[in-house]
Amino acid sequence: MKNLNRRDFFKSAALGVSLTVLGTSKAKGSDKMLSDDRLGILVDTDVCVGCRHCEWACRVAHNLPTPDLDNYSDNSVFKEYRRPDAGSLTVVNKFENEKNPLLPIHVKVQCMHCERPACVSACIVGALTKGDDGSVVWDDDKCIGCRYCMVACPFQIPTYDYDRSIDPHIRKCDLCTDRRKNDELPACVNICPNEALLFGKRDAVLAVAKTRVKRKSDVYVNHIYGEHEVGGTSWMYIARKSFDKLNMPHLAANPAPGISESIQHGIFAYFVPPVTLYALLGTIMWITKRRSGDDDELISDEEEKGKGGKL
Amino acid sequence: MIPAPIKYKFITPGVIFLILIALNGLVFLAIRFISGIGAVTNLDNATPWGLWIGVDVAAGVALAAGGFTSAALGHIMHREEYHSIVRPALLTAMLGYTFVAFAVFVDIGRFYFIWHPLIMWNGNSALFEVGICVMIYVTVLYIEFFPMVTEKFIGRVNFPQFLDFLNKPVDMILRYLDSRLSATMFIFIIAGVVLSTLHQSSLGTLMVIAGQKMHPLWQTPILPLLFLLSAISVGFPMVIFESLIASRSFKLKPEMKILSRLGRMIGPILGVYLAFKIGDIFIRETFKYIVIFDTAAWMFIVEMALMMIAFALFLSRKVTRSPLGLFIASSFVIAGVLINRMNNFIIAYNPFYNPVKYFPSFGEISVTIGCIALLVLVYRAIVMYFPVISQEKREIIRKI
Ligand code: SF4
Ligand code: SF4
Ligand code: SF4
Repeated sequence: MKNLNRRDFFKSAALGVSLTVLGTSKAKGSDKMLSDDRLGILVDTDVCVGCRHCEWACRVAHNLPTPDLDNYSDNSVFKEYRRPDAGSLTVVNKFENEKNPLLPIHVKVQCMHCERPACVSACIVGALTKGDDGSVVWDDDKCIGCRYCMVACPFQIPTYDYDRSIDPHIRKCDLCTDRRKNDELPACVNICPNEALLFGKRDAVLAVAKTRVKRKSDVYVNHIYGEHEVGGTSWMYIARKSFDKLNMPHLAANPAPGISESIQHGIFAYFVPPVTLYALLGTIMWITKRRSGDDDELISDEEEKGKGGKL
Repeated sequence: MIPAPIKYKFITPGVIFLILIALNGLVFLAIRFISGIGAVTNLDNATPWGLWIGVDVAAGVALAAGGFTSAALGHIMHREEYHSIVRPALLTAMLGYTFVAFAVFVDIGRFYFIWHPLIMWNGNSALFEVGICVMIYVTVLYIEFFPMVTEKFIGRVNFPQFLDFLNKPVDMILRYLDSRLSATMFIFIIAGVVLSTLHQSSLGTLMVIAGQKMHPLWQTPILPLLFLLSAISVGFPMVIFESLIASRSFKLKPEMKILSRLGRMIGPILGVYLAFKIGDIFIRETFKYIVIFDTAAWMFIVEMALMMIAFALFLSRKVTRSPLGLFIASSFVIAGVLINRMNNFIIAYNPFYNPVKYFPSFGEISVTIGCIALLVLVYRAIVMYFPVISQEKREIIRKI
């Protein structure tokens, strides 16, 4: 009876501790303060003409095999919906415009540089990091190629070199980190002949997006894609058509990693739950050992003990 | 009943068959390491994880849960009568986790960087936690197995002639390690149980971050709990399953007294798991996805049916008393958990852009089955060399 009480006490103590810890621990990882100066890019799909020069410039800037710029006037690629892959960090797709068939809608796809990136939260070794400027970049020296970032990304962005055994890369838009170090614009923004890509501080860019949507409310749907999706993204879009019909995933406003991190921190909060469990098991072991009067070593069970039989 | 090496012939037609399957897997493994993951698997940018993660890693970890559940029962709760199952369960866990670690090595693109998580930490990542826990747990399992090695060799260290001056010192080292270990073993035993609880549940957290890419029938915030409970549920069935197969294949008498008692514990554990699983369906009102009867729904129904049949079977005394009944009921749990892990990692994962539905390639399946065959072969070799399986005294004498 005494033993039982003691055990019960430990049990409830442990439960209490883990519950308080679960309750108080918040998602620390993705709650990182974001700089007010962080960058943003607006894609005005109504201005984009689908020349795909951005695709070309992006490849050149990242030393990926690049066809001649002349080949990019070939419109047949639009027949198929494309996604970024190991050879291209950004692609442009064409969608029908029912109101005016002569003016199709073009949508550029690349990493959104989420404000609360799931990929950064997920990466096992921290190879993906979010910088103060808002960019999410990948570190070649850390990545182990587990592809968990691809599982985590709500926009299905990171791509992997499936046909390389040695040094396969995770590839995605890096917001042209290298170019910006030399005070150059991102390659795609720089080359765009129509200024469909508006680059600047996120707040300013967002303000422009809001004005455009308001001023031409007959043209744009009243939705800035990326303003709130998964807690907000650096790249944002405005368009004539509902984003569901432009193959942009329909996402809620809560940060993608949120609940996963809470669970994670709940289980591990300051190592209290594991250590409590350890202590609890140790106590049970000690109590039951005394009760069964077994002072033998634990593992080796050389002799038949002839005990058993009690359940 | 004492644990002793089993004397039996190693090569049988079954063993030759297993060797062939293992060799076939090795061929594809070689291709994977020469030409990359894409050359062997059907994985693509839409489906980055497939059979190797879903079965080799996730199901592998779950099915190796017999190690920690029987350690908890035999050592922590001190139920002496169960000691004879602890060793085989420990061996399965040790081999199982080695197999899991190997599968991770095969599946990650930069296998030569597999050690990175040891020094590059990301506490937010569920995968990081799984990785670290599994690494430590494998080490703990090897330590827990060590007494069987010392038992085998103490007093019997016998190097070939030109090295025989080593006999004495090695024997002394073994004796020293053995005495240190038996004094401290409880530390490792408890650590093993804690580590298992942690990573079995974190394995469930893994898919939570996939958010709406995962089918609502499986995507739930209590995934970690469900994973832990199902791992605990499959622990004893796995022990029973193996024990029955081992006694059949080595022509030993099945230890029905212990196995039936174990069997009677499984029903209630399964009940708890099913209560949470079914409760989850009703609280999140996901039953409406079942009546769609698409592939996902059918897979869910299969998974649930297997577990519910197993639950019903284990509640019946008649079943837990007969070897055949136990074997069938255990197989149902094992199949249920295996399909549950495949469902969670493969079937449920359905991103918005997914032009080619993933189905494992012949190469992937070959590697998975080949590794399992290899595992069985190594298990067989070890129980024939080390004192793992408990036998009646006269059985040992008869065989020697
Ligand atoms: S879009 Fe995907 S890859 Fe890009 S930052 Fe967000 S989660 Fe990461
Ligand atoms: S593939 Fe690389 S970048 Fe992606 S999660 Fe794994 S280690 Fe991180
Ligand atoms: S910002 Fe740079 S990396 Fe990203 S799409 Fe544009 S050119 Fe490519």
